[in-house]
Amino acid sequence: MSLSFENLEELIELVNHVHGFDLNGYSRASLKRRISRILDLYRLDFRGLKHNLINTSGFFYRFLGEITVNVTEMFRDPLFYVALREEVFPYLATFPHIKIWSAGCSTGEEVYSLAILLKKQNLYDRSFIYGTDINSKVLETAKQGIFDLGKMKVYSDNYLQTGCDDSFSDYYTAGYGAAAIHHDLRKNILFSIHNLVSDGVFNEFQLITCRNVLIYFDTALQERVFNLLYESLALFGFLGLGSKETLRSEHLRERFRLINKKQNIYQKIA
Amino acid sequence: MPNLTPYAVSKLQKIEVLLLACSAGGFNVLFNMLKVFPGGLPIAIVVIVHRNARYETNIEESIMTKSHITVKVAEEKEPIRRATAYFAPAGYHLLIEPDHTFSLDISEPVNFCRPSIDVTLQSAADVYGPAIAAALLSGANQDGAQGMCAVQRAGGLCIVQDPREAAVKTMPEAAIGLGAADLILTNEELITFSRQLDTYI
Repeated sequence: MSLSFENLEELIELVNHVHGFDLNGYSRASLKRRISRILDLYRLDFRGLKHNLINTSGFFYRFLGEITVNVTEMFRDPLFYVALREEVFPYLATFPHIKIWSAGCSTGEEVYSLAILLKKQNLYDRSFIYGTDINSKVLETAKQGIFDLGKMKVYSDNYLQTGCDDSFSDYYTAGYGAAAIHHDLRKNILFSIHNLVSDGVFNEFQLITCRNVLIYFDTALQERVFNLLYESLALFGFLGLGSKETLRSEHLRERFRLINKKQNIYQKIA
Repeated sequence: MPNLTPYAVSKLQKIEVLLLACSAGGFNVLFNMLKVFPGGLPIAIVVIVHRNARYETNIEESIMTKSHITVKVAEEKEPIRRATAYFAPAGYHLLIEPDHTFSLDISEPVNFCRPSIDVTLQSAADVYGPAIAAALLSGANQDGAQGMCAVQRAGGLCIVQDPREAAVKTMPEAAIGLGAADLILTNEELITFSRQLDTYI
């Protein structure tokens, strides 16, 4: 089913009015593609979609689950984790408590990867990781910490590329086609709902990762979210972005120091 | 000089963007086309090549040194400018916004590919409508065929490399099979077409 850009604007307005959910700052091309996919998936036309959004209870949350991109991996971009270990963790080690926020964490793979990396450096016991997302369904998966065993091969490969010398399989228990992350890795983790568009600062962090989330926002919303991330960081705290994301705003660039250009890691210096 | 039909010429006069796409075996022709586009080309070029995100490549830099136009990786929210060839970054789908800027998207691969040619062609056709031409070269899967159909439906011009000259003919044949080929050009014609592109526009 096809959807025009005019239809898309109408839907954005409808979702805002009916569900109080603001999609206005989302990149249109990507949003249009996701919503066209929903039309195909549910075999709906534009009118049918509107009808369901207004009248079918629970449909909006399925809609929301489909429009957000929930593709993630453990140790995705292994060199990002190498940069964290070598350039960020030595600083983090000087803090008595390390608070980390994984913003837009989806099903939690990044959160558990950070936990493993911290544990390897003997930092996990004084760390706490908050994983947040706007989608409650993916957070349920994240909380369970149980992943498809079939994916562990790729994750193992990623893990090897981070230069760690032990085996990735030491961190999970396999059974019934699934891999359950070990309990001692889950104790200092909290998953919860947070909407970068409408929610504010909720703690002060030494490290925030927000990777491949901002690419789905327009430049005005990106700037607002950058401000939120800035406000949420402790002085000398770190910000890890996706490798193709850019900190554009002049006044924020002055307040950050670029730590690693390739891996897009910044430190708040003012 | 390729023998362009009046239909093709009339379409070319309107274009604002040319999409070039290839996969296995298409890279040499692509490279040779990019080398000969005239400087000051009044349109933008968007290039989608299947490549592995795991390995660093410097394709853009190496072509830039030999090309008359600017060659670079497309950055998210970057405005699309003329006389510039933008490569889709490895590992991301490349989309085009209604305000003619790029967006990146890291959702599921399409046809096992990210970047997927179908995704970019559909997005470009959505935004540019008939002001678009797309050339599909050699490749070992069917990515791109649906995208060519989208370009054709939007009123754009679909160019396909002659499968007899393609290193791997699966991709051009898939587009031709769906009837999404307004022009089928040999390698030599593709180069001449590129060299003289500004004369049609």
